[in-house]
Amino acid sequence: MDVKRRKFLKIAGLSAVAGLGVPSAFTNLLQGEALASSSGQGNPAEGHKPAGGHGGHGEESTGTQYGMVIDIKKFAEHQGLADRCINACHTEHNVPDFGNPKDEIKWIWTDDYAHGFTEHSQYKRNAGLNELPVLLTCNHCANPPCVRACPTQATFKNEVGVVVMDFHRCIGCRFCMAACPYGARSFNWRNPREKYANGNYKFYKNGVNPNYPTRMRGVVEKCNFCPERLAVGKLPACVEATGETKAMVFGNVNDPNSEIAKVLNSNFTIQRKPAAGTKPSVFYII
Amino acid sequence: MYDQGKVVTGLAIFVIILTFPVWYNLGATQHVPKPELPKDVKKCVETSAFMRTSHMVLLNQWRDEVVRDENRKLVEVDGIQYTKSLQLGCMKCHPDRKKFCDECHTYTAVDPFCWDCHFQPKETK
Ligand code: SF4
Ligand code: SF4
Repeated sequence: MDVKRRKFLKIAGLSAVAGLGVPSAFTNLLQGEALASSSGQGNPAEGHKPAGGHGGHGEESTGTQYGMVIDIKKFAEHQGLADRCINACHTEHNVPDFGNPKDEIKWIWTDDYAHGFTEHSQYKRNAGLNELPVLLTCNHCANPPCVRACPTQATFKNEVGVVVMDFHRCIGCRFCMAACPYGARSFNWRNPREKYANGNYKFYKNGVNPNYPTRMRGVVEKCNFCPERLAVGKLPACVEATGETKAMVFGNVNDPNSEIAKVLNSNFTIQRKPAAGTKPSVFYII
Repeated sequence: MYDQGKVVTGLAIFVIILTFPVWYNLGATQHVPKPELPKDVKKCVETSAFMRTSHMVLLNQWRDEVVRDENRKLVEVDGIQYTKSLQLGCMKCHPDRKKFCDECHTYTAVDPFCWDCHFQPKETK
């Protein structure tokens, strides 16, 4: 009996000592969590420096952050320009067109103002605004929730602040689609390489770009700001399609000497869902 | 031993069946993969021996550099520049998947999914 009691006391004592250590370990853990979430994205193990966005609001991103200004009025002046932009992008990237909204894949698309800017007041807004096509696409957020949601780092922010998808790595979990507040991502429910009976791919206007791959069934896709074009000194396909109209301006928003920084500085611009805190890099002149 | 004759005959038949593949193929030549090499180009980014064993390692490395690190610099070997790309690099010299890639892939029963997404030169015509 006695021995058992001694043993019990020993264990109780040891447990108490161990218990004392728990709160500090817990605090450490919490601090680690906070650090991890404030560094936002990028894998420290891979040595990737997150380019632009860190977590936390109000903090300005540094480093290169590519972005875009879309001037809605210019699209009113040039009829059909929005469609030409969409076509340029979707043809360039072999985006399939299944002709039904359920299977739709879209990298860039149009909607009206009321749907694009749900957070902005629609009270006594001029009715004409809804007649204009508003081009919508991935905002390449400086603080992208999709990047944090992706379990495989198939979606990541690259050195120049573009939120890129590595299609090779996507496992199709669609966490990113749930995380993106802008509906900028599409899922390949069907094989994007489906063909018509006549043997043509079901791509936009049947155009095939032999220099760009397709995706496969079961992966997510979205606008990547045309890194393959930027690499050879070209503008993104949609921006190129606007030509001299200046309806879209592309560049590094963090470089004060860039054209886009000047446009941003001299115009009043708005972003989609600013309250989401994602810091979109696509700006609109309304 | 009882039924000695039956047991020995059974054993003999068993051994014959077991070794059937060996002697059936005796003397018959196997199909050895012969990937068709480009006629006018004699050099590659690496030696044939390296490419034979490790081309997939190189392709993965190129992919990571291009897609993840935005490093699209051309690879220069002996004064010749190559694009780090399956579709726009390798398949410029080896345009025929069936006669080049599939020769060994079929033989070794590997089924890479490169072509689920990447086009072969002839495919888009
Ligand atoms: S718009 Fe959506 S997909 Fe694009 S970076 Fe922002 S959260 Fe990600
Ligand atoms: S669907 Fe693909 S890109 Fe999106 S979170 Fe999952 S693995 Fe990442």
